[in-house]
Amino acid sequence: MLKQQIDLNAVKKDYQEKADALKQRLIICAGTGCVANGALEVYDALVEELGRQNLNVTVSLQKEGKTDDGYYVSPSGCQGFCQAGPLVTVQPQGYLYVKVEPEDVAELVEQTFIQNQPLERLLYQNPADGKIYAKQDDIPFYRGQNRYVLGDCGLIHPEDLDEYIAKDGYLAAKKAYTEMTSQEICDTMVASGLRGRGGGGFPTGKKWAFTLVEESEKKYVICNGDEGDPGAFMDRSLMEGNPHRIIEGMMITARAIGADEGYVYVRAEYPLAVQRIQQAVQDAQEAGLLGDDIFGSGYSFRLVVMEGAGAFVCGEETALIASIEGLRGMPRPKPPFPAQSGLWGKPTVINNVETLATVPMIINEGFDTYRMLGTEGSPGTKTFALTGHVVNTGLIEVPFGATLREIIFDIGGGVTDNMGNPDPDGFKGVQIGGPSGGCLTEEFLDLPLDFDSVRSIGAMIGSGGLVVMNKSTCMIQIAHFFMQFTQNESCGKCVPCREGTKQMLVLLEDIMEGRADQSTLDLLDDLAQAVLLGSLCGLGKTAPNPVISTLKHFRAECEAHIFDKRCPTGQCKALAIPEIVADKCKGCTACIRKCPVDAITGDRKQPHVIDPDVCVKCGACAQACKFNAIVGV
Amino acid sequence: MEKDTKLRKFGRVCEIVDKYDRNPSKLIPILQEVQKEYRYLPEEVMTYVATCLDMSPARIYGVASFYANFALEPKGKYVVHICDGTACHVKGSGAIKEALFNKLNLSSDKPTTDDLMFTVEAVSCLGACGLAPVMTVNEKVHGQMTVESAEVLIDDIVTKEDDDA
Repeated sequence: MLKQQIDLNAVKKDYQEKADALKQRLIICAGTGCVANGALEVYDALVEELGRQNLNVTVSLQKEGKTDDGYYVSPSGCQGFCQAGPLVTVQPQGYLYVKVEPEDVAELVEQTFIQNQPLERLLYQNPADGKIYAKQDDIPFYRGQNRYVLGDCGLIHPEDLDEYIAKDGYLAAKKAYTEMTSQEICDTMVASGLRGRGGGGFPTGKKWAFTLVEESEKKYVICNGDEGDPGAFMDRSLMEGNPHRIIEGMMITARAIGADEGYVYVRAEYPLAVQRIQQAVQDAQEAGLLGDDIFGSGYSFRLVVMEGAGAFVCGEETALIASIEGLRGMPRPKPPFPAQSGLWGKPTVINNVETLATVPMIINEGFDTYRMLGTEGSPGTKTFALTGHVVNTGLIEVPFGATLREIIFDIGGGVTDNMGNPDPDGFKGVQIGGPSGGCLTEEFLDLPLDFDSVRSIGAMIGSGGLVVMNKSTCMIQIAHFFMQFTQNESCGKCVPCREGTKQMLVLLEDIMEGRADQSTLDLLDDLAQAVLLGSLCGLGKTAPNPVISTLKHFRAECEAHIFDKRCPTGQCKALAIPEIVADKCKGCTACIRKCPVDAITGDRKQPHVIDPDVCVKCGACAQACKFNAIVGV
Repeated sequence: MEKDTKLRKFGRVCEIVDKYDRNPSKLIPILQEVQKEYRYLPEEVMTYVATCLDMSPARIYGVASFYANFALEPKGKYVVHICDGTACHVKGSGAIKEALFNKLNLSSDKPTTDDLMFTVEAVSCLGACGLAPVMTVNEKVHGQMTVESAEVLIDDIVTKEDDDA
């Protein structure tokens, strides 16, 4: 029996009618961050309270027939402003309530819907100047952004296919399947200049064109959702917030290269993303958007969702392919590239989540509209996960070419101290691009961020993690942290990466623990070059980046550790000088009794003194001290 | 009685491998489902899966030991993951991990308590960086943790377990 083709226009019209009849819509952010802060409890409380006030509550536009004067309460994906969660948006007014708790709900409903006024105490207050903002669009965190790819993420119900269609979803897929040839799609992508968002920055159109020319009865599309970079969560947010966009992107990719089967490989640490994307695939199948004879074109496309099993290296495309094949996730030498021989030896395109989510917009709006954003060499926008010592943490999106200063100070609201209070002079550095990237100093704050400019100074946009660090952060420890990470995650296949990262880690430990001299630095430099040149895959080739950039941009701090045996931030325990703070010491003798090497002297009720030459830094005294008077042990 | 339980569980493993058509390339999803059943991958079960898939047990063990999510030792009833991604790290996740290790008398070499109540592990980024530092207890995310709030969380679980017992 011929399955009836879905009529996108009819779905859109039907949805719009229901939505137009609504009086109010309340959107509760249900991304991982807000859920952790109790968003689901707020959701339940809102539904209950509206019901209690005899307001006409709707929780699903799909099921309800009549929505006249209704109050529609829906969840959304991540709205990016995780730190201020749970977030509740009220439409059409555009109010954004932050840090909402179930106890606030009665007052929220009363004030907003009965009194028709925003409830001031739940509005966002800018910590820098104390100003209160009622509307989401006015908040500096959002105002400085251009939420091109993320836009719908925080607005639509991620599990409602109809709403996605009402926002012109699957129109691009329809165009690709019914109006364009494979070659035309590839040409459009090449012309758009879209570059892979997973880190490498390879032109997407070229990758597709290479796969299109391969002759094979079977080809595959893979969505790389194995987002492993510590400090990056844009792919998670997209999969949780707008899963249909990713499916649509994959459909277009499949049509462009002539594939009929695809895999979405999602990291196992993201259970909510797995669940949402599975749901979306199922809904798309039931609606006939996936399967056979898509839009009556005669082409088929099927999707399988696969959960990863916890290996960072699987973010590398050949390792990911091995993982789907049921093997240990180890990379193999390229060429042959996946375009020639990928999954089960067939031509395969692997694209990152964010890349795929951009594709439908380029098809819809045309490549020239897309190129109006961003820079010549890196068109479009990039999402960044802005975290660390910064006032506003969360997920942001800006056009390529934006500067770090705009991101950290305008959108992020500036740097904080360790207690989370704004500290205008606190900026020390920013780590960009995770374990493949590097640390940048103040002098690069005005550098326009794009693939090429960041690479020219020895870092990488990578997947887009931006971790801001204040002056109390020890950069050697940060370099050590990343080396520890890559060393742990090294799959062990090639020697330069397996042994090189291990030895670099030991050298960094020598620096942190006061055993280093000039030869340590020279050796570290040499080894970094060897690992960079000799490693098999991207993990190894970029593993030395954090070390190289720290040695380059924070030379003075390195030298203080090596030659003066001193950690300028006081974070390296082995280099700290043990001391008893006289003002805090009450002279109780508790520490004297605990010290195993008799390094502490002093009379009762008089401040004690510790002899750094005798002390073995066991820390027993600090544990025994009730007044936190002992530092540096 | 004990033998019955064991047989029944192997029956479940059988259902899982059948669900994936005994296809060796589906090894990872198979092991994931098996692990859901047992909370870890017992050696005899891996051998059994090897026989079902007509593969060598060494290959199964190779895959199981490669991926971080496969556990070869039994885990506690409460699995506590402390995120050690960059954002959590710079905001002090190390101190939280040490505090929980000390509290429960554990270490990175011995992550599970003897009564099989708690497993404490540092994991790479959980992707909730906006809430750093983050920990999860059986996949429920707790954000903006401190040493004190982490300890309270553990105390609450212990109290709840004692009440239930």
